[in-house]
Amino acid sequence: MSVTTDSQSQELAPSRPSWHVVLVRPETMTFLLLVFGLIGASLLSPFFLDVNYILRSFTLTAEMSIVALVLTLVVISGEIDLSAASNMALSACIFAWVQAAGAPLPIAVVVGLLAGLAMGTLNAFMSIRMQLPSIIVTIGTLIFFRGLAQVIAGDRSIRVPESFIGINTVMVAGVPLPVVIFVVVAIILGLVLGTTVIGRQIYQIGTNQEAALHAGIDAKRIKVGLFLLLGIVSAAAGIMAASRLGSVRYDLVLGGELQMVLMAMLGGTYIFGGRGTILGTFLAAWLLVIVSTGMTVANLLPAIQLTVLGILLIVAIIATNFIYARTQR
Amino acid sequence: MLKKPLIAATAALTLSAGASVAEDIEIVFVGKNTGNPYFDSLTQGFVDACEVIACNFEFVAPATAEATSQIPFLEAQIQRGVDVIAISPNSPDALNQVFQSASDAGIIVLTVNGDITGNEQYRDATILPTDFTKVGADQIEMVGSLIGYEGEIAILSATTEAPDQNFWIEGMNETIANDPKYANMTLVATVYGDDQPEKSTTEMEALLSNFPNLKGVIAPTTVGIAAAAQVVQSRGIADQVKVTGLGLPSEMREFIKDGTVEGFQLWSPYNEGWLASHFAVGLKNGTMTNEVGATFEVPNLGTITINEGNSINTQSALTTFNADNIDDFDF
Repeated sequence: MSVTTDSQSQELAPSRPSWHVVLVRPETMTFLLLVFGLIGASLLSPFFLDVNYILRSFTLTAEMSIVALVLTLVVISGEIDLSAASNMALSACIFAWVQAAGAPLPIAVVVGLLAGLAMGTLNAFMSIRMQLPSIIVTIGTLIFFRGLAQVIAGDRSIRVPESFIGINTVMVAGVPLPVVIFVVVAIILGLVLGTTVIGRQIYQIGTNQEAALHAGIDAKRIKVGLFLLLGIVSAAAGIMAASRLGSVRYDLVLGGELQMVLMAMLGGTYIFGGRGTILGTFLAAWLLVIVSTGMTVANLLPAIQLTVLGILLIVAIIATNFIYARTQR
Repeated sequence: MLKKPLIAATAALTLSAGASVAEDIEIVFVGKNTGNPYFDSLTQGFVDACEVIACNFEFVAPATAEATSQIPFLEAQIQRGVDVIAISPNSPDALNQVFQSASDAGIIVLTVNGDITGNEQYRDATILPTDFTKVGADQIEMVGSLIGYEGEIAILSATTEAPDQNFWIEGMNETIANDPKYANMTLVATVYGDDQPEKSTTEMEALLSNFPNLKGVIAPTTVGIAAAAQVVQSRGIADQVKVTGLGLPSEMREFIKDGTVEGFQLWSPYNEGWLASHFAVGLKNGTMTNEVGATFEVPNLGTITINEGNSINTQSALTTFNADNIDDFDF
């Protein structure tokens, strides 16, 4: 791998300067877009550049962003899980339903988390044990979990107790708690992926599963572990959303799976596995918040917002593919 | 008289959104979603009002009408520091926390065209087109008068969870069950077209196949009634099945003209925007008070009373549109 990269860069630049190494990373592009986004949004509206407002806006998608971090690992390992947003909704509905039925809050939280773990187990069983393509499996469970959530909650919303409302108003050194959790989870997962043996194995499985198996890596076990982790983290994110909103409905973060996948893609994670970083997804989560918040506070209508977001994604995906194509040859 | 607000409006425009003119009241209306003709008319009421009284108006709306999609838009208005947020809420309770932040920031919160039932403490007042408790009964009377108070009827609604739809359907069921006048009418089905033209058409076709003796259909939604009328028109069965409900005159005109539909009802969404702007400006200027029982004058609408629960209606009963008056309305 490193040999081919070397010959490639010699073609481009004889001495392979260090700026080149930094520049041909997809996260660099995400970071540049983030800077442009900040400048653009500040020009668009004088109300935008306010750290508290940006942090408050981030809390609206913090739950999804946390799940996207774990999803990044799943995608790097060569799988996908599109059911995570439905998992959030179903776990939150189960949590709310259990506490509404009279169970103490801690019990309800545990039941909600276990439900998420069970959903992760179901995905892992079908995708890894039964060897079915995870994209098909999780499209199925995406619909199934959402359907179950509607069976439990019906068309009504389930209130959560006053004492449980407002995770987003809890401040840690001036930063809303969900943002802090997001940053902490990103640091932990970033370290795991970047510095540990398991992290390196995740990349190897995603690059070439056969080779990884021959190298003695237990690919199945790692993938099952990732699906379970995603299941329980999704449940935690769903319960966080319940605390922020004060009520739960079956349509919680409806369509959120697309946004999660977008965060991973926008951060330079390769959809076919083997490449990507937590830093990329971390930056992409901020990028999406900056861009959409900037346009919302400027009172731009959704039609323009969607167009801009679409262009952004296309640019990001073309750039990522371009960079990978160059470094892979 | 007219000159001052005009100059103010021009000044505000040239200085862009950032520097607002101190004396003008900033009103924003957060719609359910974009691309909804009903709300175009409502918005026009705000726009026209702000041309004659001292307010600046802006309209924003999310792309989709799910429960939480309005939250970022509300957060943005709080950040912008507007004076008044008017909103057609997509959820009766998911917006509570952000409404609270708005109130804490000193912003007046008015729900328009739909309320947050059960969570009224999170808004200052609600502006409803008419007394929603009477809509169900009015609609049953309407369909009854069209079918001679006898036979099978069905309801073609929007989505299963739309609060206003369910409230009216409940009223229709109660009226049919309790009022002896409608003893010979049977409600055979309630179906949901999700406010999509294709699905509403399919549901209407299914109703006609499943209930060959169907005499009347109530579609208390603008998309549903237009789809139902279209089906009846293309099948040429206007004599056997009477379509009525809540519709927009602009969309229903052709069906009234060719006799497919004899009559339908609605209120004027335009007046809601008109009234909301006047009320908001009055509250901010201190010329009106937000107290139950208080009255105030609104040009073109007359004396308006604040009802129980700080609820304000723009008109007392539904307006019925038929061949005689359809041309008088342009929304």
